[in-house]
Amino acid sequence: MTLRDAAPSTPLSGQRGSGSSWLYDPTIRGIVFQVLLVVGLALFGWWVVHNTIVNLRAANIASGFDFLSTRAGYDIAQKPIDYTIDDTHGRAFLVGLLNTLVVAAIGVVLATVLGFLVGIARLSPNWLLAKVASVYVETFRNIPLLLQLLFWYKAVLSVLPGPRQGLALPMGSNLSNRGLIIPRPVIGEGFELVVGAVAVALAAAFGLSRWARARQMATGQSFPSGLAGLALVVLLPTFAYVLAGMPITLEYPELKGFNFAGGLVLKPEFMALLLGLTIYTASFIAEVVRAGVLAVSHGQTEAAYALGLRPSRTLRLVIVPQAMRVIIPPLTSQYLNLTKNSSLAVAVGYPDLVAVFAGSTLNITGRAVEVIFITMSVYLVISLLTAAFMNWFNARVALIER
Amino acid sequence: MTNIAAEDLSADRSKMTVGSQVAVEMIGVNKWYGEFHVLRDINLTVRKGERIVICGPSGSGKSTMIRCINRLEEHQKGQIIVDGTELTNDLKKIDEVRREVGMVFQHFNLFPHLTILENCTLAPIWVRKMPKRQAEEAAMEYLAKVRIPEQAHKYPGQLSGGQQQRVAIARSLCMNPKIMLFDEPTSALDPEMVKEVLDVMISLAESGMTMLCVTHEMGFARQVANRVIFMDQGQIVEQNDPEAFFTNPQHERTRLFLSQILH
Ligand SMILES: Nc1ncnc2c1ncn2[C@@H]1O[C@H](COP(=O)(O)OP(=O)(O)OP(=O)(O)O)[C@@H](O)[C@H]1O
Ligand SMILES: [Mg+2]
Repeated sequence: MTLRDAAPSTPLSGQRGSGSSWLYDPTIRGIVFQVLLVVGLALFGWWVVHNTIVNLRAANIASGFDFLSTRAGYDIAQKPIDYTIDDTHGRAFLVGLLNTLVVAAIGVVLATVLGFLVGIARLSPNWLLAKVASVYVETFRNIPLLLQLLFWYKAVLSVLPGPRQGLALPMGSNLSNRGLIIPRPVIGEGFELVVGAVAVALAAAFGLSRWARARQMATGQSFPSGLAGLALVVLLPTFAYVLAGMPITLEYPELKGFNFAGGLVLKPEFMALLLGLTIYTASFIAEVVRAGVLAVSHGQTEAAYALGLRPSRTLRLVIVPQAMRVIIPPLTSQYLNLTKNSSLAVAVGYPDLVAVFAGSTLNITGRAVEVIFITMSVYLVISLLTAAFMNWFNARVALIER
Repeated sequence: MTNIAAEDLSADRSKMTVGSQVAVEMIGVNKWYGEFHVLRDINLTVRKGERIVICGPSGSGKSTMIRCINRLEEHQKGQIIVDGTELTNDLKKIDEVRREVGMVFQHFNLFPHLTILENCTLAPIWVRKMPKRQAEEAAMEYLAKVRIPEQAHKYPGQLSGGQQQRVAIARSLCMNPKIMLFDEPTSALDPEMVKEVLDVMISLAESGMTMLCVTHEMGFARQVANRVIFMDQGQIVEQNDPEAFFTNPQHERTRLFLSQILH
């Protein structure tokens, strides 16, 4: 009975309590603030877009994305896919995008390899090696990238002699002011067999290393799975290649008149950009790697040695796993920097996305807002995808262990 | 200096027996860092089962001397023979010696990216080529001996200093070493954790382990050591059994040092 007696007063005070206290509930407050923020941002965005449209109309400037399907009317010097003057601006966009992706992807791989080598070399007990690495880092890190690009393009690659007097390299390759010409692999019939063999060999090597690891954990016996895997990956495709009647042939460049015919041409514009981006970014990556390794205290190495672990095992099992945690986040931002810096291509005449789309297409169509919006979105998407991948990688490599 | 009094530590000396075989032999060992002469003519013979405490002022070369025994430091003159293997530039011999000699550091040096259990099984698996299951079983046994089996799946960062140092001892023991080196194992610890580590070291001594221990815990030296060595300026100035060492030091330098360290 007492409960029921008390009942009328409870909801009242409860209501009043909740009426004044929901404002102080951190969860509800959080939601309210986020909703307000989203609404505010949406309003701001709408205002910007609306304003722009009104202004463009007032100035009698055409807007919309229809220009993408109109004839571009200009040629592009380097195209990884078929493209002619008569293709659309949409296709020109694709060519520029692919050119950007190609140079960025190759640059990231080369800069990583070079950066790790230089970073480790700078830590080497070999005095000369460490000094050379230091000079490299301090030089290329401290000169503006734009200047370096111009250096490679104007001061190195452009002043090379013509193709006839060019620097002859192995396998009929040639370095001249027309660029680097290398033999081009021509794929013939039966190539699928080689691809299949590579896939099978990789899968087998992977399986082998897992099996060897499991066996070592179970019995303590070790198996040279790295060596065996390497043999598999080399031998199986070679065997398939021979079996399929050597389906890959090399088309060697030939000197005809004043230039080469055939072969694969890496133009000076591409090479200058790739060289500049790689060498510049590698100097930063070298420092990232060095800092990562140094962040692992010397006590860790000593403890591992004292337990009888060899230097190579110590590096792999103790130092690298700890260094990677420190290395990956700044490495990601170096990848992003390289990708975004590739937009300096315009300075050396490499037709990347900015040069082609935000350059030629913009000038021809005059759709500045749309073109810049698309171009910025592309870089944003590439960067976010790269960052997402690296975060995933970081979570796998670094966080599993903690 | 906070010292645990000898009365607070209980050790059963009757269990600690010294054998006749030689565990470590140092003959005329000299070492220089550039111009600086760190170790001068060190001669030391350690028999199986001996518990040797090494003390001396900072910079006297104590760490350097014991680090030469597992070749974390290289000596330039003289001979060091560990369990019948002479330490030279021969990498095989160095590996051999390191497998038989365990070491515990002042700052623990546990591997922060591995769990306690993985810290303990890493070397048995990769150096002793032990099956993982077997290595884990052995590791759990040693973790029980240092009284922290329940922490096996935590990471070093989640443990107190005293617990970490006990893990470091267990990690070394997992390699089944014949000789244990300790370099100031308790000097990075809060006072209340010193005893738990010393207790583990005492039970290790009682199990007959050969131990060389750099420490200023004189209570531990009294209860456990069969020999105390005093070093100064890279030399062994004096060595004696603990009773005689503390009550009747022979050299002026030793007396001065003891008066500073024992308040
Ligand atoms: N890598 C090195 N290079 C140059 N000198 C060194 C090096 N390591 C140690 N020393 C010097 O050698 C001497 C002995 O060092 P050691 O670490 O063996 O002393 P310690 O007796 O252990 O002192 P502490 O009680 O402070 O640990 C010190 O004077 C030290 O400065
Ligand atoms: Mg020391």
